[in-house]
Amino acid sequence: MSQLQIPMSVVDLKKMAATIRCDIIEMICTASAGHPGGSLSATDLVTALYFRLMRIDPANPRWPERDRFILSKGHACPVWYSALAERGFFDKSHLGTLRRLGSILQGHPDMNKVPGIDMTTGSLGHGLSVGIGMALAGRLQKKDYHVWVVIGDGESQEGSVWEAAMAGTKWKLDNLTAILDRNNLQNDSYVDEIMPIEPVADKWRAFGWNTVEIDGHRMEEIVPALEGAKTFKGVPTIIIANTVKGKGVSYMENVCEWHGKAPCREEADRALEEIRRCSCEQ
Amino acid sequence: MSNNPYRFVRPEVVAILSSKDFFKRVESKPTRASYAETILAIGEKDSRVVVLDADVSKSIGTNKFAEKFPERSFNFGIAEQNMFAAAAGMATTGMIPFASTYAVFASMRALDMVRNSIHYPRLNVKIAASHSGITPGPDGVTHQGQEDLSIMRSIAGSTVIAPADPISTKLAVWAAAEFQGPVYLSFTRDPVPVIYGPDFPFTIGKAVVVREGKDAAIIANRDLVIQSLLAAEHLAASGIDVRVIDCHTIKPLDIDMILQAAEETGAIVTAENNIIYGGLGSAVAEVLAENRPTVMKRVGVQDTFAESGPYHELIDKYGLSARHIVAAVKEVLKRKQP
Repeated sequence: MSQLQIPMSVVDLKKMAATIRCDIIEMICTASAGHPGGSLSATDLVTALYFRLMRIDPANPRWPERDRFILSKGHACPVWYSALAERGFFDKSHLGTLRRLGSILQGHPDMNKVPGIDMTTGSLGHGLSVGIGMALAGRLQKKDYHVWVVIGDGESQEGSVWEAAMAGTKWKLDNLTAILDRNNLQNDSYVDEIMPIEPVADKWRAFGWNTVEIDGHRMEEIVPALEGAKTFKGVPTIIIANTVKGKGVSYMENVCEWHGKAPCREEADRALEEIRRCSCEQ
Repeated sequence: MSNNPYRFVRPEVVAILSSKDFFKRVESKPTRASYAETILAIGEKDSRVVVLDADVSKSIGTNKFAEKFPERSFNFGIAEQNMFAAAAGMATTGMIPFASTYAVFASMRALDMVRNSIHYPRLNVKIAASHSGITPGPDGVTHQGQEDLSIMRSIAGSTVIAPADPISTKLAVWAAAEFQGPVYLSFTRDPVPVIYGPDFPFTIGKAVVVREGKDAAIIANRDLVIQSLLAAEHLAASGIDVRVIDCHTIKPLDIDMILQAAEETGAIVTAENNIIYGGLGSAVAEVLAENRPTVMKRVGVQDTFAESGPYHELIDKYGLSARHIVAAVKEVLKRKQP
């Protein structure tokens, strides 16, 4: 692969997102297990962060001045693993080892195994609180890094998310941004059916957060929203990103079963073809 | 003096061990207060130390840290889950958070955070838990952390410490601050006697013989160490010579010291203000059963919740006071092989 031009243009970000989507399908198919739906819904957001917004150094993954990223919905880690590998944190050959015995790529991300993973996640409702801690520590240490946390909409049913919401406002953590991957589905069914979180934007506003709503798949909206969040002062920002679970693979889109199911080889090939064709059309 | 079997126990304490009004005469202090004083001193020396609270800083005494170091003190309100996960986040940046609350909340309310976000990534968070065991007597069952040692011991890679008195508490808190990795510290709400002199040797994972003896050994922790010393003094009057071991670190357990006691005395009693399932008694039983089966008896909270009441009356009613330890020693001595 040729040298990456960082920060990427919107056009290149879209191409990278397609590459990452292909990685996700390939990884989960090879592993015969994993969570494609929520990985694909978060892909454009994670791509914009890793290839445009975040201050990071793949050669020095624990650089103290780096921006932090937490994928609080840790089951979507194939998107994180792919972004890190494509960005050069570790060799892409690891992607084929997802969930295998001895692999650095656990079923849910482990910060002590993977270069670039800033926090171990998997149990839902932890990540935003961890981000609160990182943001408080950054301020205390007079560091100007930014903390980015992706949370899920199903995850938002966890009470601890709202404990963190209160804390973010109390301490005016404008060095912290939450991104809600609102894909409307969770393990069992629609979020609205299992336990509604709406009106979620009003809730965050009521908690005192700078609340921005975007189409979580349009790079033209994602990039300025993230840039705005980084510079917004006084309170933390939440970007409510409206997404489609399984985005980019027609038979997975908005289908609950693809939350935690691996495609077989034939299904994966169809998915890869769709993603590549769509990317070329752009 | 050469026959004094006590080790590291202050002479003033030894002198009154057989006194009927021992607890009225002995200087006492809750170990939570000792924690609060110590963390203040550690905070002076190490700017990486931060204290996190969950609306019980006045009870634990960490409000003094907040007054002295307002920028390094964070009160999360009544939101223990958020506090422990945030502590993990702070630790990723090199800070040393002491997250303070009551044992029931640290070991149960926020256990998922304590397991998944602190212990699994081995983050350098210190969990400072007051009101352990049935030490918060008057508060009643909801605030009595009688399972914390059992629960914390079951987490992979955990270090769990239950110091007996204010002096060893101070040393334990310093040791925890210097230790790299998560540590669970368990403190009492109610006052406990100042047992030890300044020469008490505290090392994480190393139990301490605080009374020499050859007929049986009592292995105790936290507030039952003093009860064990009182029991030993009582037994000495009838010619029974009992060793008392302060096993302040329940994990990693001092296996060598336990096996040595089993070999040299042949009868073991454990004493803990914790449910008998999974705590010190269970830990000692595991070691003995696998290495050197020895007659033993566990003194601890039986399969029950306690109730509200003054501390001393409460631990007596629930089978944790010196007289119960005396009875347990007599029982194992009867069963001991001649």
